[in-house]
Amino acid sequence: MNKAKSIYRKNPEVSRLLIIMICWLVFMMFTQAEKFFTGANFLNMAGKFPEYGLMALGGMLCMITGGIDLSVVGTANMASILSAFMLIRVFGEDGTMPLAFSAVIFIIAVIVGVVVGSLNGFLISQLGVPPILATLGVNELLTGICIVMTNGSTISAFPKQFSEFFKGELFGFIPWRLIIFMIVAVAIYMMLEKSTYGTKLRLYGTSAHVAKYSGINTSTLLFRTYITSSVCAALGGLMMLASYASAKPDNGENYTMQSILLIVLGGASPNGGKGKLSGVITAIILLNMIESGINRFRSVSTYYVKLIWGAVLILALVIDYMSQKPKRSK
Amino acid sequence: MSRKIKKAFRSNEPYILIIIVILGIFIQIRSGQFFTGNNIVDLLSALIVPGLFAIAEFLALISGGIDVSFPALASLSAYATTKMLLDMGYEGNVIVPFLIAVAIGAVLGAVNGFFIGYLNLNAMIVTLGTASIFQGFMQGALRANQLSVIPSGMKGFGTASFITATNKVNGLTSILPYTFIILVVVCAAVFYLLRYTIFGRGIYAIGGNAQSAHTAGFHVERTKFLIYIIIGMIASAAGVCRVCMMQQCHPTNMLGMEMNIIAGVVLGGVALTGGAGTLTGCMLGTFLIILVENSMILLGIPTTWSDVFVGLVIVIGVSLTAIQSARSSKGKKSAAKGEA
Amino acid sequence: MAQSLLKAEHVKISFGNVHALRDVSLEILPGEIHCLMGENGCGKSTIIKIISGVYQRDGGTVEFNGQKLDKITPIDAINLGIQVIYQDFALFPNLTVAENLALNTELASRKKTVSWKNVRKIAEEAVAKINFQVDMDQKVEELSVAQKQMVAISRALMSNAKLIIMDEPTTALTRKEVDALFKIILKLKEQGIAILFISHKLDEVFEISDRYTIFRNGEMVAAGNMKELDDKKFTYYMTGREFADKVFVAENVSDKPVLELKNLTKEGAFSDISLTLRRGEILGITGLLDSGRTELALSMFGMLPADSGEILKEGKPVKIASPRDAINCNIGFVPEDRLSEGLFLTQSIGDNIIISEIDRLKKKNGLFDHKKRDEEVEKWVKELEIKTQNPDNPATTLSGGNQQRIVLAKWLACDLDVLILNGPTVGVDIGSKHDIHMVLQRLAGQGLGVIIISDDLPEVIQNCSRVLVIKDGRIKSEYDTQKVNEKMIIDDMM
Repeated sequence: MNKAKSIYRKNPEVSRLLIIMICWLVFMMFTQAEKFFTGANFLNMAGKFPEYGLMALGGMLCMITGGIDLSVVGTANMASILSAFMLIRVFGEDGTMPLAFSAVIFIIAVIVGVVVGSLNGFLISQLGVPPILATLGVNELLTGICIVMTNGSTISAFPKQFSEFFKGELFGFIPWRLIIFMIVAVAIYMMLEKSTYGTKLRLYGTSAHVAKYSGINTSTLLFRTYITSSVCAALGGLMMLASYASAKPDNGENYTMQSILLIVLGGASPNGGKGKLSGVITAIILLNMIESGINRFRSVSTYYVKLIWGAVLILALVIDYMSQKPKRSK
Repeated sequence: MSRKIKKAFRSNEPYILIIIVILGIFIQIRSGQFFTGNNIVDLLSALIVPGLFAIAEFLALISGGIDVSFPALASLSAYATTKMLLDMGYEGNVIVPFLIAVAIGAVLGAVNGFFIGYLNLNAMIVTLGTASIFQGFMQGALRANQLSVIPSGMKGFGTASFITATNKVNGLTSILPYTFIILVVVCAAVFYLLRYTIFGRGIYAIGGNAQSAHTAGFHVERTKFLIYIIIGMIASAAGVCRVCMMQQCHPTNMLGMEMNIIAGVVLGGVALTGGAGTLTGCMLGTFLIILVENSMILLGIPTTWSDVFVGLVIVIGVSLTAIQSARSSKGKKSAAKGEA
Repeated sequence: MAQSLLKAEHVKISFGNVHALRDVSLEILPGEIHCLMGENGCGKSTIIKIISGVYQRDGGTVEFNGQKLDKITPIDAINLGIQVIYQDFALFPNLTVAENLALNTELASRKKTVSWKNVRKIAEEAVAKINFQVDMDQKVEELSVAQKQMVAISRALMSNAKLIIMDEPTTALTRKEVDALFKIILKLKEQGIAILFISHKLDEVFEISDRYTIFRNGEMVAAGNMKELDDKKFTYYMTGREFADKVFVAENVSDKPVLELKNLTKEGAFSDISLTLRRGEILGITGLLDSGRTELALSMFGMLPADSGEILKEGKPVKIASPRDAINCNIGFVPEDRLSEGLFLTQSIGDNIIISEIDRLKKKNGLFDHKKRDEEVEKWVKELEIKTQNPDNPATTLSGGNQQRIVLAKWLACDLDVLILNGPTVGVDIGSKHDIHMVLQRLAGQGLGVIIISDDLPEVIQNCSRVLVIKDGRIKSEYDTQKVNEKMIIDDMM
């Protein structure tokens, strides 16, 4: 028992999610075992989450600095719309695209990410705008530009090879979108745990003022963080382009809140200084299991997913509150 | 006198007012239609729902919190009320729907208030979670979909004209519905609450320094709890206003409004860190965003550009605020030195 | 024997497993100025919180004005006439002076609404009691520290206070402001109000107090008349040990200066400052709080780049426009406010130590060398005797003295040539203060150039080889510390 407690203490963010996850799996085992515990179901889950999962990965970095990135959806749509336009321009409406051209699409996404991230970084680090407002304004601006570019309509007359490929699987069972997600996750893992960036980031998030006194180049750090977040979001946009086979300015509107929910559920604090990759990934897996589990019940509306997401978030907070309570006596 | 003016210009309100006036004059010159009765009436009418939401958000921000759940909360209580009354075949006046919705709003707000006030959890995360719950409950448990018919009392209230203005040039007529009175009443009530009651001063005190507020004898937990109940009530009233004015109830079309509302309130000089800001600023900031959103046609700009302009206003606005506050804090330091 | 105003006996309280107060007693007579002293963590603040109703004691008795206090709330304490002025003053920065003054009275009257005329009236009465002149409509956040304190004192006087407790009231005040504060304290004494004054600056305590009580580790170790206390006894009571203070003598001073300032000027802060620092020296810079000494320190570290003048590092002119530049020149800086400028409190001790040298802890491939990091952390924890079981614990788990050592370690790890310390022992207990002095002396002996900026004159005289006195932003005089006494320096400062 004590051992279990000490394991919990060591990594409470992940542990509490695992507890919820185990409860859910047990529940599913008794109710929907034959439908839920199938390879196909798990693969289905794995193909779905990378869109907002990517946004959550980058957004987590911003939250560790004590900031937030509300511009992820705008960035994602910008990247997918620009890519769609590019494809139409080069290959004509409903033309054919050689698969190798995908590289260009990824480059577009990275460029969009760098530009948007730099704008966010500039507003936040140079002008001192609170991140929530800076990224909110930038999101509005990006969405606006997307609407102007598309006239508010959906673009679907672009070559579909990109979408078809990334909707598919490697060896017939590993979704390509999952692979992209994993590559980004590994990159972020390297940044956070294997390079000095991670330590600087956490310390900056604890106190920006002390960070400056300690000689951390805070502007560079912020630029890097917001650019990384925007690049992740833009890649998420490409995944959206792949799964919807269309681009429009208001795709994935829910994803802002969804990704923040994942980040917070994963143990990052909006006050900064805290946040782990393992937490966010556990949160992503947990929510996917719940979502897909609920979908197994025919009679239950899929809208309950939202309710349960919110409930899990509050539950995680309350578990945290309860586990800290003894320390706070008096 | 000049000192007073200088002091006033240290805050955001006069700048926002000046920008609004300049924008108004500019639109007037370009289109000749800005200072016409029907345009003003249209703007005021567009201000009603966002204005009420802004007041609610303002209360949350002043107390040092934040609320991103109010659109979901308002949607849920307005939908539940409308649906219930439709099922009952209610034909009476509009007071009952408001009472029911406000009561539901108070209960939902109490959920936020409990977690934020009594458990002292982070307001942003809590309201993010409850927003998701409210929406899930509405669409899951209540199976919400669009209601194209609403009770006659609500319909009447939404269409009855409080002020009618006709533009002599193009013959367009605009009406300001009675819901505007609700905005005015709520605005006045909140102004009174914040300025002339101990409870209201307590909200400012808590936003300024919660620890000191506690030692001074304010019931910090209870005050926060009550604030979120009030927010729930105001937001629900706004939700019913919206249903009445639109003549139909759409469960999701208010969702996503929270961000622009927050932006408007902050543009008006309300600090995200709590304790600072005025109701005047809050309304001016919100009005500025409404003005930009609604003046595209008069300027001959396609409405597809509206988000671009709103985005620009937010980005430029918050940048100027940040630059100004950086400058004034420097000025403050040297001023304090000078005195010493 | 006079009837005591406050009598606390055998008070105990514990938090979890920590016995914050084991058994303390405190007696205050009506109308006296009583000083409560003790090192950080001795239980000073805890007893205040018990007296003022914030904490409930686990055992013992507290009597106030002949009345037993049991399970009181902060409001009850205020109604009884006990007022506490905390270090942060517990003011509302976003509200006006008038409202800050009147809010408590308004609350106590149990009215539901605010009359602004009344607020004004209450506030004006409040400041009149101590003749304090202030713009009532100014926001408190715009006031100076001394003004804020006056607001807090005026507010405390409103409710017929019989006992005013002041928690380290002089920390952020200039000498002039301290004098003004003491005048007011004496005036309050004349009115029969007792003052409990909490401080660890001995000279001030001698100046103002009638009687004293000293706590150590949650126990009362001594109490008596101020006249009977001397420096040595005081130190012994406070720490439980005796110190042999070593006066610093510079040896191995390099011929060439390691750092030179030439006519450094910053508008509104200091002007025309020239100085040289050699390796192996400890240079003291002293002056009043508003003399520009802190700004000078910040300029040398790039936080507040100077407008004109030159900085030479080992004879070569360098540009120091940011802390990064300074660190690249091997200049380190220990800020005055350890908590808000020096430490990442909730982060691990280890990360706090290595953060400034982090860019040197990379492997050849650019990745973070965790092994080297851990070695560095271990090395510095040992070197500076930082008392912790596990360097992965957050810095909050340490005492003030140990926290100050982390800040030192952070800079020493950078392999510095020059270390600038601004008020290195402010708020540090005597034991740690002594240890920090010894470390600085040893480092100078090893060839580091050290600058100590401090208004703690015994500290400067004992630890520095030379001292510069700054007045109104200019260098007023320079002394060899072996040929100077406190009086000479004070005369130059004023």
